[in-house]
Amino acid sequence: MKLKKSTINNIISFGIVIIAFIICQTMISTGVMKRSLKGQMIPICVYIVMAVSLNLVVGISGELSLGHAGFMSIGVFSGIIGSAWLEAIGVTNEVVRLFMSMIIGGVFAGIFGVLIGIPVLRLRGDYLAIVTLAFGEIIRNVLNCLYFSLEGTKLHVSFNNPSIPGTILVNGPNGAKDVSKIATFPAGFVLILFTLVVVMNLINSRSGRAIMAARDNRIAAEAMGINVTKYKMMAFVTAAVLAGMAGALYGLSMATVTAAKFKFDTSILVLVFVVLGGIGNIWGSIIAAALLTVLPELLRAFADYRMLIYAIVLILVMLVTNNPTMRALLSKLIPRRGGAQSKGGAAL
Amino acid sequence: MSETVKRRQNTKMVPAPSQGIIPERDLYVSPVLEARHLGIEFGGLKAVDDFNLVIGKTEIAGLIGPNGAGKTTVFNLLTKVYQPTMGSIMLNGHDLHGMNTVQANKLGIARTFQNIRLFDNMTVEDNVRIGLHNQISYGMFTGIFRLPGYWKGEKAQHEKALELLSIFDMQDLAKVQAGSLPYGAQRRLEIVRALATNPSLLLLDEPAAGMNPHETEELMNNIAKIRDQFQIAIMLIEHDMNLVMGVCEGICVLNYGRIIAKGTPDEIQSNPTVIEAYLGKKKEG
Amino acid sequence: MVSFLRFFINGISLGSVYAIIALGYTMVYGIAKMLNFAHGDVIMVGAYIAFCAMSYLNLPPLLAVLCAMVVCTCLGVVIEGLAYRPLRQAAKLAVLITAIGVSYLLQNTALLIWSSNPKVFPSVFNVGQIRLFDGNLVISSETILTIVANIVIMIALTLFTSRTKMGKAMRAVSEDRGAAELMGINVNRTISLTFAIGSALAAIAGVLLCSSYPTLQPTTGSMPGIKAFTAAVFGGIGSIPGAMIGGLLLGIIEILGKAYISTELGDALVFAVLIVVLLFKPAGLLGKPIREKV
Repeated sequence: MKLKKSTINNIISFGIVIIAFIICQTMISTGVMKRSLKGQMIPICVYIVMAVSLNLVVGISGELSLGHAGFMSIGVFSGIIGSAWLEAIGVTNEVVRLFMSMIIGGVFAGIFGVLIGIPVLRLRGDYLAIVTLAFGEIIRNVLNCLYFSLEGTKLHVSFNNPSIPGTILVNGPNGAKDVSKIATFPAGFVLILFTLVVVMNLINSRSGRAIMAARDNRIAAEAMGINVTKYKMMAFVTAAVLAGMAGALYGLSMATVTAAKFKFDTSILVLVFVVLGGIGNIWGSIIAAALLTVLPELLRAFADYRMLIYAIVLILVMLVTNNPTMRALLSKLIPRRGGAQSKGGAAL
Repeated sequence: MSETVKRRQNTKMVPAPSQGIIPERDLYVSPVLEARHLGIEFGGLKAVDDFNLVIGKTEIAGLIGPNGAGKTTVFNLLTKVYQPTMGSIMLNGHDLHGMNTVQANKLGIARTFQNIRLFDNMTVEDNVRIGLHNQISYGMFTGIFRLPGYWKGEKAQHEKALELLSIFDMQDLAKVQAGSLPYGAQRRLEIVRALATNPSLLLLDEPAAGMNPHETEELMNNIAKIRDQFQIAIMLIEHDMNLVMGVCEGICVLNYGRIIAKGTPDEIQSNPTVIEAYLGKKKEG
Repeated sequence: MVSFLRFFINGISLGSVYAIIALGYTMVYGIAKMLNFAHGDVIMVGAYIAFCAMSYLNLPPLLAVLCAMVVCTCLGVVIEGLAYRPLRQAAKLAVLITAIGVSYLLQNTALLIWSSNPKVFPSVFNVGQIRLFDGNLVISSETILTIVANIVIMIALTLFTSRTKMGKAMRAVSEDRGAAELMGINVNRTISLTFAIGSALAAIAGVLLCSSYPTLQPTTGSMPGIKAFTAAVFGGIGSIPGAMIGGLLLGIIEILGKAYISTELGDALVFAVLIVVLLFKPAGLLGKPIREKV
């Protein structure tokens, strides 16, 4: 039987991810990997999922979202609370609890994705971008005022009132403390595979084509009977669910976590991964997210100058890859290769 | 000129009592489109005013007029890209009032664009598949998890897309990026894509623009062929009078947003108001 | 009632600062069609320069402000020329990321020069206060100065864009860059000028902001920057009176919200109002809706 081109691509992609995982896992178990890097493995998985899911919105659906970290934070806290609650009702197996918490995180982020998507997707261009930023900030502010506690199997919530009965799970601006760290690197790997299956198969399906049609030419897509808002929503909510799952994984890998961690800067960080990896280019997102999550760790020696170098590199990369004369110069120096970058660049 | 087109030119037109032009064979079938007193204002300026038109079930109608007469605006009104400020549109007996472009398309109206609006970064086949979106469908989860419905749907879309592309002999270009096609082929692809939505009324906005005479001739034959094969009505805006007079059975002339004449090609060609609109007033004395 | 009045005046004062920052955002957006995320950090630089001029060089406040304006103007023009001009034809997102890069660059440079320890900004304009209602309502001279500065800037900018040749050129470029170029307007110079004016305003805003809220850190500019950006969108981005109205309303909403609803949720309230406004007026209060030609 002749395989579809997209099927072959998928098999190759999954193969590479699986091989990368096996290599990392062997390095960890044989002790080759440095401790500091080992601690970065789960965040790498989390940011890969964040970048790929944001790429679904920015690259495939063509809408600039500046509030992706908001969905992550919803996933973080619903995942932490979910995990504690699951433990209380007797789900003791950590693996089961972790995956159920990730699903809880995804579901909650998805619900908010729908609620936020309804107003956001009515807007266009920069207005849409600023409103996603606004929602991200609102989520963070509201989370700062929420208190959750668990009394037996009963969950208590209060707004702006720290005195609630039971063990405190989330303590307003102080966030969640003493989280049982059940997240594992293999779970992160499974989440990456799941994300790739969802995003890549979605792109190569009827719905994915509709999403891209709506991006490339809204008016033509509508004239072809495609409900543009529906498909923009589909991309937005799918991305929110994935970000929520990544958030849950992240939250359950940290002993303490506060809502302040997921402010505007985190959204921007993920956006930088997406843009540097190539808009619309899924593999680019994966590589950029992995490298740039490790990079600060590697630059530890330069501690003070770390962010400065990062900023300069960021500006230079944008100038070199986007300026016509620089590009021409670059293509003279380096013989032309496959146009993965330029293909993605056409999206926005 | 091909045989079919010659024959069509000789078809006798019977003006319907109130609305002017409908070919004989469509007279006793309910019309595909009835626009009544249609109009739109942009900031007080009437871009289209009191537009009345009935198109028969298998009619090929032409909409002509000088630049800026409001022809494309009429298309935008009929496809609900603009919401009319006055009047009504009935498509196959359904009132389009309050509907959007998507709903109008689902009810059977498809169009091409004056400034080509293909999905340039997608392949030719994928462009047609977008047109098939509502014709051959399966859900999002079926697609993500590649359930049996996905494979069935993809196969059906592939086959149907190639079948439609074969109208213009374009099946070999299926894997080519749409944006890299030559101009004429892009216009043809737009027609195929519109046809894929299974319309009962196809609106073509300057289909021959940028084509050479040979291509135009071929297009003329293909328009007639499409009508015969799909049994649909076609309305086209065109500046190439050879094409309009050659293929249209009824013609409607627009100037300053108003219909100034309706009739068969012969009637239009000899209509003094039309000549005046195109060439200006004859000098007195 | 008196306390309401006090909050209201504080709101106008904060709103005036937002309005001055928002003017920078809105002018740059109108002309270069880009979201200049580094604008907030230019404010911070302006405040630091003024701080240094006063604390280390012992310059009088007015001269310090002038100093800050000159430095920021140069900074704005340099940023535009080095980072944004090469990307004039590039995708919007590329410019946005570059702006974010510039923002990181400014913040981290400031961090290296001035460290992250907050500096206490001297109360430069404290020349007394007005007491009303038996001393229940105290209006500080900073508040009055901020409001007056805002009004003066507003009038000056309106006159500049409507009366002068350069101002008209700016409007022409923002309307249609291509057409303006064909009419012989030097687009690059006009955009530079816009950045220069925007950055000079940012310096003033930085000093005013820090004289009311006297802690100065490398991140001082980012939140007011985002809020002023919100204000610009709120009023209709690209519109000068829109930025003014947006800024004032936002400041008032923030202060009143913090006072009467919840201190923690003041910021959330600002953003919520923005969302509600955009839902009813998708191009902001004074923005013009755009119709795509089919």
